[in-house]
Amino acid sequence: MNFHSSFRYRKFVDRGMAAVCAIFFALAFVPLTSVLWLVISKGGAGLSWDFFTQLPKPVGEAGGGIGNALVGTLYMVGLACVLGLPLGVGAGIYLAEKGDGTLGNTVRFVAEVLSGVPSIVIGIVAYALVVIPMGHFSALAGGVALAILMIPTVAITTEELVRLVPGALREASLALGVPNWKTSLRVVIRTAMSGIVTACLLAVARAAGETAPLIFTALNNQYWNVDPRAPTASLTVAIYNYAISPYDDWHAKAWTASLVLLIVVGLLNIASRVLTRNRLKGAR
Amino acid sequence: MAETATQVAVEAADAESGRPGPGNVGDRVFNATLWALGIMVLVVAGLIVLNLALVARPLAKEHSLWGFITSSEWNPIEEHYGALPFLYGTLVTSALSIVLAVPIAIGLALFITQFAPPKLGRVLTIPVELLAAIPSVVYGLWGLFVVVPWLRESIEPWLGKHLGFLPLFQGPPIGLGYLASGVILAVMILPTIVSVSVEVMKTTPEANREAALALGATKWEAVMLAVIPYSRAGILGAVLLGLGRALGETMAVTMVIGNAPQISASLFAAGYSLPAVIANEFAEAVSNVHIGALAGLGLILFATTFLLNAGARILVTAVQKGPSRIAG
Amino acid sequence: MTSAPAAHAMTQEKPVASVPGQHPAANPPPATSSDTPPKVEVQDLNVYFRRNHAIRHVSLKVQPRTVMAVIGPSGCGKSTFVRALNRMHDLVPGARVEGKVYVDGKDLYSKTVDPVLLRRRVGMVFQRPNPFPTMSIYENVAAGLTLNGIGGNHDEIVEHCLRQAALWDEVKDRLKHAGTSLSGGQQQRLCIARALAVEPEVLLCDEPASALDPIATAKIEELIHELKEKYTIIIVTHSMQQAARVSDNTAFFYLGELIEIGPTAQIFTNPRERRTEDYVTGKFG
Repeated sequence: MNFHSSFRYRKFVDRGMAAVCAIFFALAFVPLTSVLWLVISKGGAGLSWDFFTQLPKPVGEAGGGIGNALVGTLYMVGLACVLGLPLGVGAGIYLAEKGDGTLGNTVRFVAEVLSGVPSIVIGIVAYALVVIPMGHFSALAGGVALAILMIPTVAITTEELVRLVPGALREASLALGVPNWKTSLRVVIRTAMSGIVTACLLAVARAAGETAPLIFTALNNQYWNVDPRAPTASLTVAIYNYAISPYDDWHAKAWTASLVLLIVVGLLNIASRVLTRNRLKGAR
Repeated sequence: MAETATQVAVEAADAESGRPGPGNVGDRVFNATLWALGIMVLVVAGLIVLNLALVARPLAKEHSLWGFITSSEWNPIEEHYGALPFLYGTLVTSALSIVLAVPIAIGLALFITQFAPPKLGRVLTIPVELLAAIPSVVYGLWGLFVVVPWLRESIEPWLGKHLGFLPLFQGPPIGLGYLASGVILAVMILPTIVSVSVEVMKTTPEANREAALALGATKWEAVMLAVIPYSRAGILGAVLLGLGRALGETMAVTMVIGNAPQISASLFAAGYSLPAVIANEFAEAVSNVHIGALAGLGLILFATTFLLNAGARILVTAVQKGPSRIAG
Repeated sequence: MTSAPAAHAMTQEKPVASVPGQHPAANPPPATSSDTPPKVEVQDLNVYFRRNHAIRHVSLKVQPRTVMAVIGPSGCGKSTFVRALNRMHDLVPGARVEGKVYVDGKDLYSKTVDPVLLRRRVGMVFQRPNPFPTMSIYENVAAGLTLNGIGGNHDEIVEHCLRQAALWDEVKDRLKHAGTSLSGGQQQRLCIARALAVEPEVLLCDEPASALDPIATAKIEELIHELKEKYTIIIVTHSMQQAARVSDNTAFFYLGELIEIGPTAQIFTNPRERRTEDYVTGKFG
């Protein structure tokens, strides 16, 4: 019996491949730890109250902060939530309740494909929809771009979650004489609600981290702004500008701003997990 | 006075005018609202295509489609626009990222679903999710200040010395360029490929795996016998999804690719990609033709990712519906 | 304003004479005179699922405040039949119901009857307990009231229904706890309380104890026996012993047809049809 068909060889291959897979897993860890470590160590040094609250200073001057960028991001993401979340969740409910015909299948297919469209292309669309008619860059355009980005993923996840609600619950409600629409709203969707909120929070986290669609819709702004018609700074664009600049102290600011961004995204992700826990005592 | 449910029902049943009851109006309003929301999705999609085409129109007046795609000269000053350098750059960086990411992603997915104990498997998806949550611009920052110097000082000189006979690894090691972009993209698309592959592998019927193990196969052999053939199409779908992400990735690539609209065979060279040039030039583009050219590039991106995603979804759902549909 | 549900039926019938807790077969057949109108009367009921003729020409009567058991082998159409009695098939695409179902003389399938409202007169308890997971015990019982905007003293109604369902003592101190925090048997009694809260007159039970352990099952059977004094109950069961313990009359279904119907004692000791006899003696099914 030659080695290649012997049991020892097979065992060797088995252990070898398992080791390879484990090594690959460790490999995946490397960039993760590298990014997190560097952001925390390089960025941590620059964290200060000033950094959060001050406007950026011109080149050469020390200090300054990303206050306006932080506000800008929160503002535009908030705008995107108002514009995009109701539409996304509503479309998801449509797909779950009525989406079994040709129209439903088409909508679902379109949503799935839309979720893969690069964000920069959505930026061009927002440019055409808002910047061109208005004649200038604006926070509204940025918000619209982010909203369009959120809609497909929220719709798809919402549909999945509503479909997961057991049919028995719907039947139980109907058997009590509750009309179909109330059953859908107040029993089925209510049961899926915590999952839907999670999906929305995750979409918000994604939107907060987007840069490309904001570069030529909201552009940038050196000052505070909450006017939807004016260009606005954002955390992500600030990181980009700092990073590609030739100045070392601005590079340091890029790391610190990245830390702030990771904290924001991290908090949103944590919030989404905390909210999925059932509030009622003893519920299984 | 006291109105019991039964009395309400009786009154409703006594009414002669068609189908009474408050439920009906509510049902109709609800259904109409839902229907409208569904249609809105189609409207948004239509808006996307329409607006892209509208913005790109000035380009169509100056260039033919064929000319646009095949010309390698991008000169905004002379108003001559060719998409080739960007198509090339996007293709090269995406292909490189796939080559680097797919083996690792599949190995990772296999580790999580087959080799690690099940409880550990669930924990192991956390680093993958963390990787997916990091924003693109942070990856770009990391790439610029960590990956690029690393490539410039360690990897590229080594590759040039040992494999320099290949045109792939020739030229000065500047760090920025196709190789850097490929590496960073690989890290970024890894979570996508892994999570979809894990999902697909989990749907392999346990019975197949157990049958293989019961015949005396090692774990790896059971994987090759039962899991891989079943998940093959789904894994391909995962790879396509990852490819779609790589094609559209903007910020990280913009920051490390070197922004040079040229075509060169070496991975060490600086290049450009479709999303990168749009990000860099769109805000300052003045002439309508320039903007149109950039929008034209956007259309190409849109069409490519559309086809890729559609293909990927079909593959992934085909696996989830049952292996009998997939030609082995 | 609804006070504790007192006024039920539209008609006054003589209550069925039976001694609670005893095997109905030991009692004389229900003492209803032949001119007492039936609570539920089914005439030539046919149910189709696309081309599948699932229920064929079924006609039967259920006297008020009695328990009718529906038995038969799996797939004989027991659940399908019972679901036709509260128009649950309206919600199944491709389902078609023909024939008449009268409750207190009104055809449920007539065009003037709103299926949503009729389901408050004809309530249903399902095979697997299904309390609403996002609601507390209290909210579950009151669900039919709150969702339908029915006013009244919900506290009283909830307590009354929980007492009727023999659950009050066990949960009175934790009404705000999740509905799903109860055991399987308790959850099913919670579902019964929930169904009772909207004041139905007829209660349809689709194998209500089949997902429960024997002790919980016994409690449910006892409960049905008590509820019989107020409600007309139709219970689907795959257990002949349960039918024998709990019901006054039994209907035997086979392949979508009603083979035989009669007092429970007679069906089990002296059936008229050969197929009935084969089934109750365990030759098949």
